Amino acid sequence: MASTNQTIINALYDDDDVLLSGVKQVREKGLEIQEVYSPFPVHGLDKAMGLKETRIAIAAFLYGTLGLATAISLTYGMMIVDWPLNIGGKPSFSWGENMPAFVPIMFELTVFFAAHLMVWTFFFRNKIYPGAKAQNPDPRTTDDKFLMEVVAGGDHSNEDIMALLKETGAIEVSVNSAEHA
Amino acid sequence: MHYEAPIRKPLIEGDKSYHDITVDVVRPVESSAPKSWWLVFSLALLAFLWGVGCILYTIGVGIGTWGLNKTVGWAWDITNFVWWVGIGHAGTLISAVLLLFRQKWRMSINRSAEAMTIFSVIQAALFPGIHMGRIWLAYFVFPIPNQFGSLWVNFNSPLLWDVFAISTYFSVSVVFWYVGLIPDFAMIRDRAVKPVQKHIYKILSFGWGGKAKHWQRFEEVSLVLAGLATPLVLSVHTIVSMDFATSVIPGWHTTIFPPYFVAGAIFSGFAMVQTLLIIVRKVFKMEQYITIQHIEMMNIVIMLTGSIVGIAYITELFIAWYSGVEYEQYAFLNRATGPYWWAYWSMMTCNVFSPQFMWIKKLRTSLMFTFFISIVVNIGMWFERFVIIVTSLHRDYLPSSWSMFSPTFVDIGIFIGTIGFFFVLFLLYARTFPVIAQAELKTILKSSGDNYKKLQEKQEQEHGEH
Repeated sequence: MASTNQTIINALYDDDDVLLSGVKQVREKGLEIQEVYSPFPVHGLDKAMGLKETRIAIAAFLYGTLGLATAISLTYGMMIVDWPLNIGGKPSFSWGENMPAFVPIMFELTVFFAAHLMVWTFFFRNKIYPGAKAQNPDPRTTDDKFLMEVVAGGDHSNEDIMALLKETGAIEVSVNSAEHA
Repeated sequence: MHYEAPIRKPLIEGDKSYHDITVDVVRPVESSAPKSWWLVFSLALLAFLWGVGCILYTIGVGIGTWGLNKTVGWAWDITNFVWWVGIGHAGTLISAVLLLFRQKWRMSINRSAEAMTIFSVIQAALFPGIHMGRIWLAYFVFPIPNQFGSLWVNFNSPLLWDVFAISTYFSVSVVFWYVGLIPDFAMIRDRAVKPVQKHIYKILSFGWGGKAKHWQRFEEVSLVLAGLATPLVLSVHTIVSMDFATSVIPGWHTTIFPPYFVAGAIFSGFAMVQTLLIIVRKVFKMEQYITIQHIEMMNIVIMLTGSIVGIAYITELFIAWYSGVEYEQYAFLNRATGPYWWAYWSMMTCNVFSPQFMWIKKLRTSLMFTFFISIVVNIGMWFERFVIIVTSLHRDYLPSSWSMFSPTFVDIGIFIGTIGFFFVLFLLYARTFPVIAQAELKTILKSSGDNYKKLQEKQEQEHGEH
């Protein structure tokens, strides 16, 4: 998020509700939270951290539209323009007249494009791919612990921040000055 | 925030903490396989290999090795295809439809149910492939330019709709399943001590770290995928039924087919989930996660969909008579009283009669009885497809062409082979994958866990006193 040479203070929690109230208190003090790692989605955490709403559903809608357009072009190009078929005395006529028979294809391709491209977007935006290095600094955060990373600085000394974090119910607090991208 | 009405029974029994869930889910992955696993796996593998042999024989010699004749041109292959696709439906129903309805009880069972979906769709997809006869020309089903110039696929054909439906269904189910698996693989990765195991789970977990933004996207992706998969699961068996319904064969040419097939698919799928999960919960000691309540809920779904199927059978009979079409009337008379009467009445007994026992609470909460009924239902649903397909074909418009169908050892071998293949895949999955969606399950621990519910009740009582 910010520059590479900042001091990060880690606070480890062992309960999601304590973490959530901790996040609120830290933000009330005007401190910046760099990241929170949790073993499962904590309800309300994104709002408490002030994260923007994700736009991935809008992307999925656009991908679905693309899928529908693909289905229309495929059926139009192949069945109407390039090779019209006369099946059992029933010619293809125009795309509009033939459209009811194309509904299943239009539906399936809409779903196909929306689902797959959305999941690809999810992978790209999260920078996750086969063999990627684990993003969580503490392996306990995929089990039952919650890690909050607070950016040190401003009017607060490191000691103040650490005392505040302890007060919010963190079970472990440590300073991590290693560069965090 | 974690409030749930006290009248709802806990979904996670036995005072669990977040860490307990981790340990319980990962146990089968981290321990070595028991002898019983190897025994069942070997049996499944043998059945699978026998099936591979029969498939290779079919491809080498041609489908003349099957029991088909010029009247009954479709029989066990399409029966098995529809049966396996139908079984697949429960997984998506549990993970997608129950997600949209916010049914928390889906969380302990959705992972295995979806694994079952994927593995059974694989079995299903085998059958059209080998029935083509020349499997090396299978790419003809895709709309790609080929050596005959611009001869394209026929988008008016339900068989082509099926290709699109099954491909979309299979691939979307796989990504839906995999997205849910990523955080759980990350959990196994972070616990693994053996380097090889750690490396494998590192690759599988895609480096997932559980960042807040990523969880936010994760939940949105799950919701949108569920929204997409819900109409998709209904479309798949609808389109499968159109393979029959758009034809002019008496007994097939009916508008009731799509809803009737979908209900039947969910019916058989839930039965298969019961069969598998009753064993899984016992072997992996997961009784506290897959509780009697879960089994009961699924039995209620079986009872409901079984009754819908029963109504569909009776409606079909009524409409056949009411239509006044002699051929249609004969097709149904022949089903019930003709040479295949035993198949028809097996279907009726297994699918319409047997699920009605689930009205009795004692029976639907009994494991032994549920297991028995789940097998009965799957036998019944196989017969349903056999009845629809073979008895509609074997006595067609021209009495001089009437004939019977009897399967050869190749027909039977391929069917047994797919059952073996299915269990090979499921057994491998059960030992290497987290069989419960543990990250999701942890989100409901505080609202539906036994200990937390008791705590909540106690607090409420204290509030009441003051």
